[in-house]
Amino acid sequence: MSVASYSYQLQPARVRLEFVRLLPISLFVVAFGAAFGLAATQKGLEPLQALLMSAAVFAGASQFAAVDMWGAEVSVLPMIAVVFAINSRHLLMGASLYPMLKDLPPRQRYGVLLLLTDANWAVSAQEYQSGRRNLEVILGGGLALWLAWILGTLMGVYFGGLLQDPQSLGLDMVLGCFLLAMALGGSKSPRVLTAWSVAAAASLAAYWYLPPHTHVVVGALAGGVVGLFWLERKPA
Amino acid sequence: MTIETTTSGILLLIAIMTVVTLATRYGGVLAMSFVRISPRVESFINTMASSVLIAIVVPMAFEGDAGARAALGTTALAMLVLRKPLPSIAAGIAAAAAVRYLA
Repeated sequence: MSVASYSYQLQPARVRLEFVRLLPISLFVVAFGAAFGLAATQKGLEPLQALLMSAAVFAGASQFAAVDMWGAEVSVLPMIAVVFAINSRHLLMGASLYPMLKDLPPRQRYGVLLLLTDANWAVSAQEYQSGRRNLEVILGGGLALWLAWILGTLMGVYFGGLLQDPQSLGLDMVLGCFLLAMALGGSKSPRVLTAWSVAAAASLAAYWYLPPHTHVVVGALAGGVVGLFWLERKPA
Repeated sequence: MTIETTTSGILLLIAIMTVVTLATRYGGVLAMSFVRISPRVESFINTMASSVLIAIVVPMAFEGDAGARAALGTTALAMLVLRKPLPSIAAGIAAAAAVRYLA
């Protein structure tokens, strides 16, 4: 493109609205953050180091995996490999938002991407399937999730895990249920259902037979291949 | 190559993790800026997007305990019947708690 024309304008009012809208799920993120803060201090991180990690990395599963590898020394390449593998789903998530992101000025585009994570992406991606363009949720919702993650970490390092046994309350399933609800709220055309079946089979095969943490990317790409060859008919 | 977990070592490790994670947040978007968005490419990324969620959730159901399966199954059913995310998620979490309480 030779002419820089950016048609997407982030609306401050909508950003605030999306911030509030993701506050309920952010409450659960606080609980996970507390679990991370506790795990980090048990592995010998100082409170400020754990907070810095949560603020800068902002990717829960990979942070748990990294502090799990903590000792007197940390092997750098295995840690990079694990962090990259767990977070590689971001590559696909970012790519899927590109049709919207390309209409944002680059500085805003790469600014909002700092806050890209599963929950706010799932909302945005689902709305895009229904024809609504919502990058405000990446920014506003992402801010709510980021603050909750830091707040949770803070509570975890100073007060320990907030709940004795979050699993007994089913709280470990919040994100899984949230993502599933987002998926099922979208289109369920035969084309999408075929892609889901392929994605499910491929992710399970990868989970069982490929190196750890590759199943999300493998499953998602396999589902995408269905779309590559089976195009949606334009609505008449 | 190893890094000792001294104060400066930990800061270096956090910096490395941050750069790697940032690369994943930016990489897909950067790569797409070199691709012409044809209808076929658009179709690919749209089905890929909804498949990401399935690829996260399905192994969770298969490898999880009965509580995890109850949670996801209940959420799926409620979502198909009610079509409202919040009650569906709440029902799923309650199902996991109930199954684990009984187990």
